[in-house]
Amino acid sequence: MSENEDRSADTAGTSPDDVAVAALRHRQPRFQGLAGGHRACLGCAQALAARLVLEAAGPEVAVANATGCLEVFTTPWPESAWRVPWLHSLFENAGAVASGMEAAFKVQGRTVKVLAFAGDGGTFDIGFQSLSGMIERHHDVLYVCYDNEGYMNTGVQRSSSTPHAAATTTSPAGRARLGKRHLKKDILSIVAAHHMPYAATASVAYPSDLRKKVRRAVAVEGPTFLLIHSPCPLGWGHDGAKSIEVARLAVETGMVPLVELERGELTGTMPIRTARPVTDYLKVQARFRHLFADTPEARQELEHLQALADHNIEIYGLRGAGADPRDTAGTDTVRRGGARWA
Amino acid sequence: MQQALEGSQAIARAVALCRPQVVSAYPITPQTHIVENIAKLVADGALACEYVSVESEHSAASVVLGAAAAGARAYTASASQGILLMSEVLYNIAGLRIPLVLTCANRALSAPLSIWNDQQDSMAVRDAGWIQLYCADNQEAVDTTIQAFRITQDTELPVMVCMDGFTLTHTLESIELPSQEDVDRFLPPLRFTRALDPARPLSLGTLVSPEWFTEARHSQHGALLAAAADIEAADRDWAALTGRAWGGLLEVDGPEAARIGVLTLGSISGTLADARAAWPDLPPVRLLRLRAFRPFPATALRAACADLDTLVVLERALSPGAGGIVTAEVRAALYGAASAPAVRGFAVGLGGRDVPLETYRRAVEAALAPGGGEFAVLDVELDRLPEADRYPEAGPRTVSPAGSESPP
Ligand SMILES: Cc1ncc(C[n+]2csc(CCOP(=O)(O)OP(=O)(O)O)c2C)c(N)n1
Ligand code: SF4
Repeated sequence: MSENEDRSADTAGTSPDDVAVAALRHRQPRFQGLAGGHRACLGCAQALAARLVLEAAGPEVAVANATGCLEVFTTPWPESAWRVPWLHSLFENAGAVASGMEAAFKVQGRTVKVLAFAGDGGTFDIGFQSLSGMIERHHDVLYVCYDNEGYMNTGVQRSSSTPHAAATTTSPAGRARLGKRHLKKDILSIVAAHHMPYAATASVAYPSDLRKKVRRAVAVEGPTFLLIHSPCPLGWGHDGAKSIEVARLAVETGMVPLVELERGELTGTMPIRTARPVTDYLKVQARFRHLFADTPEARQELEHLQALADHNIEIYGLRGAGADPRDTAGTDTVRRGGARWA
Repeated sequence: MQQALEGSQAIARAVALCRPQVVSAYPITPQTHIVENIAKLVADGALACEYVSVESEHSAASVVLGAAAAGARAYTASASQGILLMSEVLYNIAGLRIPLVLTCANRALSAPLSIWNDQQDSMAVRDAGWIQLYCADNQEAVDTTIQAFRITQDTELPVMVCMDGFTLTHTLESIELPSQEDVDRFLPPLRFTRALDPARPLSLGTLVSPEWFTEARHSQHGALLAAAADIEAADRDWAALTGRAWGGLLEVDGPEAARIGVLTLGSISGTLADARAAWPDLPPVRLLRLRAFRPFPATALRAACADLDTLVVLERALSPGAGGIVTAEVRAALYGAASAPAVRGFAVGLGGRDVPLETYRRAVEAALAPGGGEFAVLDVELDRLPEADRYPEAGPRTVSPAGSESPP
């Protein structure tokens, strides 16, 4: 079934078939690899994203987690929110630790899928070397980067994933500077250039698409990479109740293209039928507040960001025809054995 | 079987006899031959394991961390800058209490760049929480490597086997390699009790608040101290199997009547033992060799020093601005003992400087000299330095047979 058929079936909403699907969905147990009750901020999209990833990938998995918010808020000793085997070592070595775990399971003849989890800091910056090594050696690992576009665990500093012009504590907006000066690193292209079997972006605003990509990645033998756009209410300065809305605006404006690449080739996109202006996305976040000052510099930065979004839409061919894309909420969870089910 | 092998080659063969399941390493002189030899054994089908060739020592240590956490027997090797690049992970491995074995082919640290031997690298990570064993010769390095795999799984603590770079790693010696049957009998399959397993999910490496961190460190300290018994047991059991024992924690050799002791660690001990014959006129000397530096064998050291007047410590590392690392630890261990000897400390053989037989005579002279400083660099050539750098407190003062090397 193509993506479009999948969606149209689900969005029709009235046929007897759809009713049956909805009922099925409610009856299907979902594996919970990450339990509630952890210490994430209200509205933390990273917490939701990790739950969705495990829902689709678990339970025969083991996780190597880099230092960062996810690690900290899930494991205040003597409690742990993880229901899968989980190992945190350091900030910059999730790729290498996952490589070792994978090598061990392989040599022991066990079929445990290894997942590496890291923030954008632990992926784009300090952990980049170990990620690159892991991919080059072709370890059978799904590496998931929870992209909240900053170092949130140390108190909202800029990373090389922070978008241009966003304010952070180490790229503040002031009279002389309007936030971060440099472009967000195109990690997806860099990763894909490693002869990568599968690399994709996803968003918490599209959970079904996200789970589908996780299942696709887990099924591939070899390294796979998933970049999940995960709003951080604390760092971005938006209402925690609106994290999903904010994430969706990022996609709808073209700021965050949802795409899939196989061996470097673009094989899937989530089209934007009517792209919204980037200001819709920017104005709901405090980190871009300085761009709405009535100055020529601020206006220039807004134009610049609009141009970046337009460029994304162009290079990935996101403009499409027909109805607006919607994420499906289909019966896409997998039924598997195990005791850790909701 | 007795055969002539280069040190590195012998270590590679010893590692293979231990049937590691995951090996990950990054080349650095003088460790390189070890990992090359292991890679060849894997390529030839003589060793069935996952050999993960990584992009840095940080990743090499991280890979074996992950592999051992997943229940595999894991091995890596490094030296010098590689040990320093690994250091963050080395602390992590020990803190997580993950069993694995690392060979450190001891080499000086930069700057200035030196590829030659001293022991500053392993000393730099002495507080990481690893068991550290120092080997006197290649036969001991082979036997200790095999013992290390036993010790690591008995204690669930990582073990670093230290062997002097070049002096041992690149020297051809006649080595008795044990049989596979003997090693299999000595080394039961690894069962890591906290291995990652979806059927029994555990969280390793969690965030710990001040309420708990102290307890974690207390346990780790206790485990290191308790490991002394496992180190001794491994050496004893190995001796029962092969007839070769290496002194457990501290090797003591020399006449009962000796009032002078010379303590060192690593390959210098062989030099000192041989040197005794060259100066039969010197008073009797007890040679002490620290085989285990962590856990530090304080009790055994006190016992071995009970009837000594002076103990000279010769070490191939230096804590700039403080003095001798081993010297300080020896002094601390002897402090308060009923009849502790005076301790004279010397750094010697830094950055690969040759340690000749003559060192023995100088050590004994130092022990006999009245007074004497706290610590000095024994073999410094002061006349190579500009006047301003001839610090009297760092250069040799107590040992100067001709007086020529004394600073002005
Ligand atoms: C070697 C090292 N340097 C710095 C740190 C401090 N540190 C911990 S988490 C973190 C930022 C994490 O950012 P990211 O990876 O984006 O994850 P997030 O917390 O945003 O989810 C930093 C700088 C560290 N733990 N280790
Ligand atoms: S700071 Fe941001 S990423 Fe971290 S827990 Fe809070 S919302 Fe989540």
